[in-house]
Amino acid sequence: MKNTQNSLGAYLKKHWKTVVFLVLVLIGIGIADQFVNSFMRRLLNLSAIYTIVALSMNLVNGFTGQFSLGQAGFMAIGAYTVAIFTVPVGLRSTIFYLAPMAPLLANIQLPFVVALILGGFLSAGVAFLIGSPCLRLRGDYLAIATLGFSEIIRIIFTNTQTITNGALGIKSIPTINSLWWTFGIALIVIIACFLLINSSYGRAFKSVREDEIAAEAMGVSLFKTKMTAFLISAFFTGIGGGLYAALLGTVDPKQFYFTLTYNFLLIIVLGGMGSISGTIIASFVVTLGQEALRFLDEPMAFGLDLPIFRPGLRMVVFSFLLMVVVLFYRKGLMGTNELTWNFIINKYRSIKSRFTKKAASAQGGDSK
Amino acid sequence: MSLLRTENVIMQFGGVIAVNDLNIDIKKGELAALIGPNGAGKTTAFNVITGVYTPTSGKVLFSPTDSAGVASEIDISGKRPDKITGLGIARTFQNIRLFSDLSVLENVLIATHLNINYSFLSAMLRMPKARKGEREAKEKCEFLLERMGLIDLKNEKASSLPYGQQRHLEIARALATNPQLLLLDEPAAGMNPQETDELTDLIFKLKTDFDLTIFMIEHHMDLVMEISDHIYVLDFGCTIAKGNPNEIQNDPKVIEAYLGVDEDVED
Amino acid sequence: MVVGMTLSTFLQQLINGLSLGSLYALIAIGYTMVYGILKLINFAHGDIFMMAAYFAYFGISVFFLPWYVTFIITILLTMLLGAGIERMAYRPLREAPKTSLLISAIGVSFLLENLATYLFSGKPQAFPEFPVMTTPIFVGGLSIQPVSIVIPIVAFFLMTVLLFIINKTKVGMAMRAVSVDYDTAKLMGIKIDNVISSTFAIGSGLAAVGALLWCMKYPSVLPLMGVVPGLKCFIAAVIGGIGNVKGAVLGGLILGFSEVLMVAFFPSLTGYRDAVAFIILIIILLFLPNGILGKKQVEKV
Repeated sequence: MKNTQNSLGAYLKKHWKTVVFLVLVLIGIGIADQFVNSFMRRLLNLSAIYTIVALSMNLVNGFTGQFSLGQAGFMAIGAYTVAIFTVPVGLRSTIFYLAPMAPLLANIQLPFVVALILGGFLSAGVAFLIGSPCLRLRGDYLAIATLGFSEIIRIIFTNTQTITNGALGIKSIPTINSLWWTFGIALIVIIACFLLINSSYGRAFKSVREDEIAAEAMGVSLFKTKMTAFLISAFFTGIGGGLYAALLGTVDPKQFYFTLTYNFLLIIVLGGMGSISGTIIASFVVTLGQEALRFLDEPMAFGLDLPIFRPGLRMVVFSFLLMVVVLFYRKGLMGTNELTWNFIINKYRSIKSRFTKKAASAQGGDSK
Repeated sequence: MSLLRTENVIMQFGGVIAVNDLNIDIKKGELAALIGPNGAGKTTAFNVITGVYTPTSGKVLFSPTDSAGVASEIDISGKRPDKITGLGIARTFQNIRLFSDLSVLENVLIATHLNINYSFLSAMLRMPKARKGEREAKEKCEFLLERMGLIDLKNEKASSLPYGQQRHLEIARALATNPQLLLLDEPAAGMNPQETDELTDLIFKLKTDFDLTIFMIEHHMDLVMEISDHIYVLDFGCTIAKGNPNEIQNDPKVIEAYLGVDEDVED
Repeated sequence: MVVGMTLSTFLQQLINGLSLGSLYALIAIGYTMVYGILKLINFAHGDIFMMAAYFAYFGISVFFLPWYVTFIITILLTMLLGAGIERMAYRPLREAPKTSLLISAIGVSFLLENLATYLFSGKPQAFPEFPVMTTPIFVGGLSIQPVSIVIPIVAFFLMTVLLFIINKTKVGMAMRAVSVDYDTAKLMGIKIDNVISSTFAIGSGLAAVGALLWCMKYPSVLPLMGVVPGLKCFIAAVIGGIGNVKGAVLGGLILGFSEVLMVAFFPSLTGYRDAVAFIILIIILLFLPNGILGKKQVEKV
């Protein structure tokens, strides 16, 4: 008993900055949850969901070095699971008005959390099916196979009228409003990923990314390791998708077009492939940035009728940004580094020394 | 008692026979060397033994001792490299293959992954078992780094180490897999005579301290002749001679194929 | 379902399969050539195809150029576009990790799609009609659009030319050398950059011809029209054995036939038409990971 108390004390002593930071974050969420307007609330929720999905993508693409483009598909599975199982039974006949819901499902209603977790598991199950053939092969086939899968899922969901209501989508999903759902789960996912990456499993992921032949020679099973990363990633992405459905209150196949995946690609490239903190920062920057740049799509942007401002410009700017980052800032914001206290202190020192040097040289110039 | 035997191993790539009819027999506890001119098929032989290549024909038989102290012979040809490493064969690479972006300590820790006894779920929740496993792995790796004289560099990036120390790190990493047989692919390549001498001592000590059997490819003849119990000479994929250093040095075929030429170049 | 099919409808479906397959083959060649040399999935290839369709649409419907002038300009512009993309987005990453190159390719694809949506609007544009090509002719009880016959003929003519270029000309030899061993080819004094540029130009030129023929058969032009054909054609290249031109043709034909025949035999599965390619991909990867005509890759250690 004494021992555990001591180790807890030692832990707090060692990590007090992190603990204080976490407490501040929690208080911040609490305050925001009370005071932000509904527009901002939705944006923050979306940012948190994007963090979850982008982080899971980074687990495979950044940390394990495998190129998966299936985020939209895995999100769709999670989203539809939540949609199908949480819509109140009484409303279902009005939603499924073209063809009634399959009798097997029509009367099953699950609590939100259960549906959310189920979505994660279903998503991971599908990942297992795709991963089994693809993860044994040369890396780039995974990109095509996962992209293909995410298109197939969309095609399937469009065609299974009695389960997913086809192209009409499912409306009236009970929505989540509080920030705690998305931010709470995002925090859990971040911490879980952080602990995973800093365990033997995380090191195995990185060894596969660095050099497959050397990793295998050190006893790391390539297939098992890639599969572990892929399954965990799909599970969290499914959860992210479930939250997405509950945030929007409606799902339809078009939301999960594969270009959705490109948003997450932009996030992890911008944040740094192989950096958790980079991904978190980039998720917020990209989500809020997409909103902030919405004026680009509006013809009367500056009160002037400029012909360049019309729908589509925003996405052009975003795809252009992706190109600029890849071509000129390949490592993104953080590279494979993490925003640790040491990192911040070192950065601060180097910036400070640069400034003092500048100031010193400026003074030297003056005295001349 | 043999620890590793190969029976008529042939490795063919298209029309090229890289290894032809390789028959080696390494006894437990000995230090054997594989020598031969460049392109003789030495590294290919290592790649066949460690499972990187599946031999075109022939058998690779390994007799590891299990935890109960019983040795049994298994055919490992065609098994996956990680499985073979798990059975107790570790290797280093001729053209150093460290995980260059990771730290020195992480490089060694990765080699303990195969003996991990906690699940990824336990890792994600930092269960006591995971914490204990991490601590033990770290202690073991730090001990190995200490042995290899790299402990002060444990937080450096592997790619930032000087060449000689990268070779040491490769050996530390191989030892972390708990091998019974250690394959060293030109451990002294690129080292000066003094470094080579130090390495010779080190290999000898590691062999006794870790109860290892060592099989190495090496071009530094002084080193090979000094510490090998047994030497195999390859040329054009064929074993042209085998025996103790004395026999090899006096074998006319070896002198013709290899030693004569090599000595001329070296001196 | 099968019972209701007469011999003539079956033949008709075969012709449809052949023409769709030939279109796929034309596009798949671009993927396979680029992969052979750079080991890169050129995600932008489908969008290069889309841009070619817009070039032709603008030439005929906006600038009122004669069709043959438009076709030549389209092919040249598309070749330039393909080579230009390589120059701007891939060449600077020659020494970068492969992932960066792949992301760059996705970035170009995304940019072209968004640019097309922005410039030409997301609405489909009607491609000018070619009545000579689309008015059905009747041959022995079969009603056939001439375009369905023209497509395979043009496609096979171009493939023969391409095989000649690859096997008999200097630039073709250089291409083969680069795809076998990039570094050695460089040491042997082959101008890698020129070879890569010509590869992109040739692949894009074939995609342009594919786009012209495609639009005659399916006369509608829109910004995302290249996405699904692009994905399918990459799959066709993988099925045939990536890096192998004949393989790409074979893969394209297999895909074209399976798609058309599945819809013909199982009309209830029409909605799943686009899924066929991916299912075939998974099956092929399971049993023939190197594709039908591909060679086993041995990694040097």
